[in-house]
Amino acid sequence: MALPRRHAIRFVGLVILLFFTAFFFVPIIWLLLAPTKTDGQLLTESPFAFGSLSTLAHTFHRIVTYSGDSLLIWLKNSAIYSFGGTAVAILAAIPAGYGLALTEFIGRRTLLGITLVVMIMPATALVLPLFLEMNAIGLVGTIWSLILPFGFFPFGVYLAYIYFSSTIPKDLLAAARIDGAKEWGVFRYIAVPLARPIIGLVGFFAFVASWNNFFLPFVMTYDNSQYPLQIGLQQLIGSTASFNPANYSAGSSVVVLHRPDLAMAVIIAIAPVVIVFLFAQRTLVKGMLAGATKG
Amino acid sequence: MSVPSVPAVPGVRTRARRGSRAAGRREQPPAGVSRTAGYFFVALYVVLLLALGIAPVVYAIYLALSSSGGFGANFSDAFNDYRFLPAFEHVLEFIALWLVSQTILVVALVLMLHSLARRVGAVFRFLFYIPGALAGAASVIVWLFMLDPTASPFAFILHWLGYAQFDNTIAPGNLPAIFAIMAFWTGAGGWIVVMYGALNNIPHELLEAAEIDGSNAFQTAFRIKLPLIRKWVVYMLVLAFAGGTQLFVEPTVLGSAALGVGISKYWSPNQLGWFLASQYDEFNEAAAISIVLLAFGLIVAAILVWRGRLFEVE
Repeated sequence: MALPRRHAIRFVGLVILLFFTAFFFVPIIWLLLAPTKTDGQLLTESPFAFGSLSTLAHTFHRIVTYSGDSLLIWLKNSAIYSFGGTAVAILAAIPAGYGLALTEFIGRRTLLGITLVVMIMPATALVLPLFLEMNAIGLVGTIWSLILPFGFFPFGVYLAYIYFSSTIPKDLLAAARIDGAKEWGVFRYIAVPLARPIIGLVGFFAFVASWNNFFLPFVMTYDNSQYPLQIGLQQLIGSTASFNPANYSAGSSVVVLHRPDLAMAVIIAIAPVVIVFLFAQRTLVKGMLAGATKG
Repeated sequence: MSVPSVPAVPGVRTRARRGSRAAGRREQPPAGVSRTAGYFFVALYVVLLLALGIAPVVYAIYLALSSSGGFGANFSDAFNDYRFLPAFEHVLEFIALWLVSQTILVVALVLMLHSLARRVGAVFRFLFYIPGALAGAASVIVWLFMLDPTASPFAFILHWLGYAQFDNTIAPGNLPAIFAIMAFWTGAGGWIVVMYGALNNIPHELLEAAEIDGSNAFQTAFRIKLPLIRKWVVYMLVLAFAGGTQLFVEPTVLGSAALGVGISKYWSPNQLGWFLASQYDEFNEAAAISIVLLAFGLIVAAILVWRGRLFEVE
C-alpha cells in the first residue's frame, strides 16, 4: 500500500511545481512573443503562437521611432544615470569596505552599525526626504539628483567590507607594511588587484538597482528629455490604446501605440539587466562565494 | 523602487560570518597600521552617507516639526487628512495578503525543490528567479497584460472568475491582491534561491541519520529543514513588512492605465506624501508622512541588526 501512496504524493508535488513554473514563466514567454504579433493577432491567436519576423521588425521600428525617438532618449538617460551612479558607488564603497575591514580608527564600529541599518532599510523610505532636500538646494531636475543618491550604496560597502575582512591574507598586508609601504600603496597595489571580483559584484548590484529604480527619477525628473526608461515606460502606457481608449477618439491624429509596441518597449528596457546578468553570472557567483570559502 | 526585491546575496551574510568572526578576534590593529589612514579610505562614503542618508532625514524631521500651528501640527494634519487612513489600510491589506501567501508558498516550494534531484531543482530555481530581473514599471506592465482578459494567457482563469474586461479585473477591491501577486512574482524567486542555499548547508550526515531512524520526507522537511530556515523566513517577513509600507511603483504605474478605474493618486501613503508635496506644496505634511514611513523602516532595520543575529559582523 505504501508505494501507491508515495506515488500519489509525488504526483501532487509535481503538479504544484508545474503550476508555479507556469505562473513564473508564462508571463515571460508571452512578453517575448507579443511583439511578433499584431494587436489583433494577440486577441485571436494562441498566446503562445509566434507571429512573424516582419511584424517583429515593424513593431521594433514603431516603438523606437515613436514620438521623436523618445525611447532612445530614455535609454541614453538611463545609461547616464546608472553608469554615473555605479561609478560613484564603486569609488566610494571599495575604499570604504577596505577601511572598515583592515584599518583601525575611532568610530569604525559606529560607522559599520549605521551602514547595516541603512542597508536593510527600504531605499524607498529615503525618496521623499531626498526630494525635499534636493528641492531645498535646487538640484531637482539635474543629473546629480539621481547620480549621487544612486552612488550612495551602503550594501556595496557591506559587501566590500565582508570581502576584504575575509579574503585578503593579513600576513600579506603586514609584510607590506613592515616593508614600509604606505597605507595607500598597500591598498592600491595589493588590495585593489585582489578585489576585482568584489568590484564587479558591487558594480552589478549598483547598476541593477539604479537601472530599475522608478520612485527616485519619478520625483526628480521634469520632462521627456530627462526621463529614464522606467518613467518612459509609464508614459507609454498612457499612449497605449487598449489601456487608455478615452485618450484616442476616432480620427485623432495622435500616434497610438498598441500592446505589442508596449511589450517591445518592456523588452528593450530590461534587456541590459538581463544581458549583464547572464554574462556576469559566473563572476557573480564567484564573488558571492568569495567571502564564504576562505576565512 | 518597487516593493523590495530580495537582495540576491543575503547568503553572503550567513556564510561570511565564519570569516568575519575571525576578523573579530583582531582587537589590536596589526603592526604598522596608521591610525589616520582609515579616515581617508572611508571619507567619500561618509560624505555621501551624511549628505544623502542623514541630512535628508534630519531635514525631513525639521520640516515635519516646524509649523505655525504648534509642535506636532503637521503630524496631526497628516493623521486627520481624510486620505491618510485609507492609504494605510490599503497597504496593510496588501501586506497581509502578500506576507501570508509568500511565506507559505516560498517555504513549500523550497522544501519541494530540495527533495528533488539537484539538477532538476536548479532548473526550477532558475525559472522562478527570472522574473526578478523585471523590477519596477516593467513588471507592472507585464501584469497589466496578464490581467487583461482579452489578451492574457491566463484569460481562462480570469473568465472563470467572471472578469470579461480589463477594468473588471482591476476593480478597486482587487488591488491589494493584484499588488500582492506582482510582488510575489518578482520577489519570491530570490528568496527561494536564498533559502535553498541555506538548506544546502545542512550536513548530509544529519539527513542520512534521520532517514535511517525512519523519518519520512515530510518529517524530515518539517522537523529538520524548516527549523533551519526559520531565521530566513523571519528575515523575509520583516523586510517585506518594511518594504510593503513603502508601496509606490505598482499603484502609480497601474494608475497610468486609467480606463475609468478608481485608483486614486494617493492610494498608498508614499503616493499621498508625493501628492501633497507636488500638487499643493504641502512640504511639511509630506515630510511628516515620510517620517512616519521612515520610522517603520528604521525600527525594523534596527531590530534586525541588533536582535536578529543575522549580521554578526564582529
